Amino acid sequence: MNLIEPLVKVVLILAVMLTLVILLVYSERRISAFIQNRIGPNRVGPKGILQAVADVVKLLMKEDIVPKNANKPIHDLAPMISIGVAMSTFAVIPIGGTMVLLGQSVRLMLADVNIGILYILALTSMGVYGITLAGWSSNSKYSLLGGLRSSAQLISYELSMGLSIVGVLLIAGTLQLDGIVQAQSAYIGGWLPAWNVFLQPVAFVTFVVSAFAETNRLPFDLPEAEPELVGGYHTEYSGLKFGLFMLSEYVNLVVASAIIVTLFLGGYSVPFAEYMNLSAQTVSLIQVLTFCVKTAGVILFFVVIRWTLPRFRYDQLMDLGWKVMLPIALANLVVTGFILAAFS
Amino acid sequence: MSNNGKMIRKKDLTLWERIYIPEILKGVGLTISQIFKPKSTIQYPEERFTPPASFRGRPVLVEENGVERCVACGLCSRVCPALAIEVQGSETDLEKERFPEKFEINMVRCIFCGFCEEVCPEEAIIMSQEYELVFQSQEEAVFGKDKLLVPIEKVRDRLEFLHEHR
Repeated sequence: MNLIEPLVKVVLILAVMLTLVILLVYSERRISAFIQNRIGPNRVGPKGILQAVADVVKLLMKEDIVPKNANKPIHDLAPMISIGVAMSTFAVIPIGGTMVLLGQSVRLMLADVNIGILYILALTSMGVYGITLAGWSSNSKYSLLGGLRSSAQLISYELSMGLSIVGVLLIAGTLQLDGIVQAQSAYIGGWLPAWNVFLQPVAFVTFVVSAFAETNRLPFDLPEAEPELVGGYHTEYSGLKFGLFMLSEYVNLVVASAIIVTLFLGGYSVPFAEYMNLSAQTVSLIQVLTFCVKTAGVILFFVVIRWTLPRFRYDQLMDLGWKVMLPIALANLVVTGFILAAFS
Repeated sequence: MSNNGKMIRKKDLTLWERIYIPEILKGVGLTISQIFKPKSTIQYPEERFTPPASFRGRPVLVEENGVERCVACGLCSRVCPALAIEVQGSETDLEKERFPEKFEINMVRCIFCGFCEEVCPEEAIIMSQEYELVFQSQEEAVFGKDKLLVPIEKVRDRLEFLHEHR
C-alpha cells in the first residue's frame, strides 16, 4: 500500500486547515467590527492580517495554569480530544474529484470511507466529550455548568441532525460522501442543479440549525455563554490549552460548513461545467475552487448570524430542539420516504 | 414576575413571523447593511478627538493681556467638592487690586464637575477642551499657575459657549 500519498494529504490538510483557521479568526473579527461600525484589528501586518498569528504567539508564551483541585490528566486530555476530533472529521470530506498529479491520479479526499456520514456523525458526537470532560475536570461550577449544557444541547440536536441527513441519504442511496456529491451533479428539469438544498429544503434548514448548535456558535453558544458562565467549559484553561479549544471551535466551524456544502450545496460539483469543453485537469481545479468558495460562503453566513441573533435561553433551546426541530425533521423524513416510494 | 411566569406579548405574532426564518433573513439583511456604514472608531494616537465647546476638560485660568483674570476671591476653592483647588491671594497695583500669588489644582483630585467655572464671578477659571492628562507622580499632578494659565485666544470657544448658555 502506498503510504506516502495519505501522509502528504494529512500534512497538506493540517497545514491548510491551520492557515484557514487563522484567516477565519481574522476575518471574523474584522467582519464583526464592520458590522458594529468599528474598524477591528488593523495593526499587525498589512491590514492586520497577522493579528491571529500574534495572538497565537501570545497564547504559546502564556503560563499554563491548572486549578489546584482539578483532575490533571483529564484536564490535559480534554483539549486534545476536542482538537483531535475536530481535525479528523475533515478526513472524509471530498474537496474535489480526481486529479492527475505527477502522473498519478489522486483522489482529493483523505479517506474514501464507504460509511462517510456515519463516521462524521460519530466524530461530531465524540467532540462533546472534550467539552464535557473539560467542564468536569476543572472542578469549577461554571465550567461544569458549561460542560453539562453542552452535552444536553448536543444530545438534543444530534437527533434532528441525524434525521435530516437521512432524507439526503434516501435520495442519494449511499452513505459515501463522494456518492452523495455525485448524486447532486444531476439536474432537475434540465436547468436547476439537483442540489439537496432544492430537493430537501426542510432538511437543509433543520441541518443548518443543528449545525449551529453542534458548533456551539451563537445563537446556541450556551456552553460558553460569557455573561452567565464566565467562559463556560474553558473558564479554567489558559495558554496553549485554551488556544486548542479556540482552535477546535473554529475547525469545527470549517468542518460544519464543509459538511453542509457536501450534503446540501452540491459539494465540489460545478453546475454546467460539462457543457464547457474543459480539460479534465481544469475541471478538477475548478471543482476544488468551487468547494472552497461554497464553504467560505457558508462560513460567512455563520459569522453574520453570530452578530445578528442574540443567545437563546436554555429552556427555549430545549423547546426548539425537541418540540420543533425533531418533529419537523421526522415529518420531512416520512414525506420524503413516501414520495420516493410512490415514484420508484 | 407577577403574571405567574407567563409571557405577555402586546400582539400575537403572525404565522409569517412565527416561521422565524424570514425574520432571521431580515435581521441578516440589517446586519449586512451595517457593514457599509461609516465607522465611528477614532484611531487614537494618529487621529484625535476634537471635543465640542460643551466638553469639560481640565480647568484652566484665563490669561488676558499677559495677566490672569483671577482676583483670588477663593470661591472656586470653597465650592470644589473634591478639595482640589488651593488659592493664596495677594495685592497688586493693577485695577483688579488682588491676584492669586499661588493657584494650585491637584489634578488627581479634580473630578471635572465644573463647579469652579460656574461659581467664578470673573470668568477666570474655565473648563478647557484638553483631555490628555498624564503624570507619573503625585507631585507632578499638582498643577501650578505655570500650567494653568492659558491665553484667552485658546479658550474663546468655551467662553462663547458660556455666554450663550448661562
